[in-house]
Amino acid sequence: MTSALVLLEVLPGGSLAASAPGLIAASASVGDPVALIASTADSLEKASTEAAELGATRVLTAVTDADALTGPVVDALAAAVARESPDLVLASHAVESRDALARLAARLRMPLATDVVGVGRDDLGVVAHHAAFGGAFTVDGAPTFGPLAATLRPGSVEARLGARPLVVESLDVTASGTPHARVEGFAETTVASARPELRGAAAVVAGGRGVGSREDFALVEQLADALGAAVGASRAAVDAGYVPAAAQVGQTGVTVSPRLYVALGISGAIQHRAGMQTARTIVAIDKNPEAPIFEIADFGIVGDLFTVVPQLISALDAQKKFSRE
Amino acid sequence: MKIVVLIKEVPDTWGERRLDLETGLTDRAGAAAVLDEIDERAVEAALAYADEHAGTEVVVVTMAPASATATVRKALAMGATSAVHVVDDTLRGADLVLTAEVLAAAIRRTGFDLVIAGNLSTDGGGGVLPAMVAELLGVAQLTALSSLDVSDGAVSGDRVSDAGTMRVSADLPAVVSVAEAMPEGRFTTFKGIMAAKKKPYEILDAAELGVDVDDPAVARYIMLSVAERPPRSAGTKIVDEGDAGEKLAAFLVAEGVA
Ligand SMILES: Cc1cc2nc3c(=O)[nH]c(=O)nc-3n(C[C@H](O)[C@H](O)[C@H](O)COP(=O)(O)OP(=O)(O)OC[C@H]3O[C@@H](n4cnc5c(N)ncnc54)[C@H](O)[C@@H]3O)c2cc1C
Ligand SMILES: Nc1ncnc2c1ncn2[C@@H]1O[C@H](COP(=O)(O)O)[C@@H](O)[C@H]1O
Repeated sequence: MTSALVLLEVLPGGSLAASAPGLIAASASVGDPVALIASTADSLEKASTEAAELGATRVLTAVTDADALTGPVVDALAAAVARESPDLVLASHAVESRDALARLAARLRMPLATDVVGVGRDDLGVVAHHAAFGGAFTVDGAPTFGPLAATLRPGSVEARLGARPLVVESLDVTASGTPHARVEGFAETTVASARPELRGAAAVVAGGRGVGSREDFALVEQLADALGAAVGASRAAVDAGYVPAAAQVGQTGVTVSPRLYVALGISGAIQHRAGMQTARTIVAIDKNPEAPIFEIADFGIVGDLFTVVPQLISALDAQKKFSRE
Repeated sequence: MKIVVLIKEVPDTWGERRLDLETGLTDRAGAAAVLDEIDERAVEAALAYADEHAGTEVVVVTMAPASATATVRKALAMGATSAVHVVDDTLRGADLVLTAEVLAAAIRRTGFDLVIAGNLSTDGGGGVLPAMVAELLGVAQLTALSSLDVSDGAVSGDRVSDAGTMRVSADLPAVVSVAEAMPEGRFTTFKGIMAAKKKPYEILDAAELGVDVDDPAVARYIMLSVAERPPRSAGTKIVDEGDAGEKLAAFLVAEGVA
């Protein structure tokens, strides 16, 4: 059987990034998933074990230096491609993997598909699926011949594979000598709560400029916690400093496709909608009856979020107590 | 110091953005075309350095249809020194590798110490061209920077991700891409617009850059099909009469999401 090479990212703590299960499962529709883990020596064992648990048939490992950005990962990818001749090389669309795959595609002149939401096969070879302009269009693409490199949108594939026995092979990598950047320091974002990650979350509660201040953004977080949701934001809320940039939903932020999206004090500019309009159920609370968000909301409330949201939270609390009794 | 800024013309995001259902390409007739906002920030980053360092040359490079001239002139009006515009009908629908080959060839021909690009173009761009161009130029890349410091021999900056903030640096020559957190582009003045008309503006095609568009040995990524999803429609809309929070709770429970 042909193989699909999957680049997996390792988190600073040594575990695989949250994108790993979806990447491995997606690639299995093209070929045997062979994982590549290019990371520091101390992290390889744990990450390899996790990759096998997620369904990788084999795990290729390469030791890289923590201070070198991208370059050594590209060299490892090139070595893995030379060895496996895969039909597909798949990596997360997250910035580090995306950079590595971009350089690999340029180096090997391999067709590249970005931000795909799925991959598969037709009679002629590998096919990739895209959701363009916030999901308003679906596009399929393919290489004219030969293998394809693709980056997968985080959270877009829900399928999971069963565990496989662990088979690790260490990869011989010849350094290309291409100059690379250096990592000089890293300040981890301290995550205060156990909220789900925005990408791939089943529910998202997002706040906009209408929330008014960083202090009042706590109300958005309270509703998120009541619904077990991730926290999102509009660009205006990010620009105003209510929340870190990683929470931005939209065309130039994160694209989400949750079962529930709650927009609080977000007018629904086209650039925001591009990142959330494929949510299954959209709820909006906005003072302005003309706000464009209402054009796509399944349940819209014209009202002040500072009166509606506290009432909603107590109603949800009461509901929870009721169902527990 | 010679800084190349990669700029792209995109459909204005305020209009409805469409794909042409026959070609699968961005429908440029459907919306007004503008200089991508993120590339305005890239131009601004170059000009901010030039303001402080006399003798800095800022060359904007684009691959775009001939109709993009006004967009290129805008970057010149902001203050760029000169422009290189690759115009070639055979490049219509070029895939990422081909686009990167063209841009890298144009940059190599121009010469550079530093290339500044946007991190992600707004017309469905994949945010990969800066790294691809860096590979073809054989230099390091620093992408998605929210701050940028350029010194004589090196460039550094912060990259913000979900996991945290990373401080990164590279020796020049290098390619960087800037994120939305960088300062907005400056306004153009009447004086700037007039001056732009006299600035060097070079138009090149793929052959002049030595790029073989139809090289049969190189596989390309092509569009197979494109389909439009039915637009989403509005559902219930109520005006709060003091009980909207309770009604919403009931809706969420009925939908099975609370
Ligand atoms: C190239 C480009 C890319 C962009 N990318 C993105 C992106 O990725 N994501 C994004 O979000 N935006 C993006 N934008 C910005 C976008 O155009 C809008 O400016 C932004 O989404 C507006 O955010 P907002 O809805 O929070 O603010 P506003 O449009 O100011 O809306 C605030 C809303 O809050 C309501 N409100 C105020 N007080 C209350 C209250 N007490 N109770 C209830 N409602 C209240 C108001 O009625 C209003 O509707 C981009 C823009 C450009 C040009
Ligand atoms: N056709 C092009 N001409 C010049 N620069 C481009 C072009 N396409 C992309 N770029 C540059 O690459 C950046 C990222 O684009 P993309 O990879 O398309 O998301 C843009 O912000 C531009 O700086």
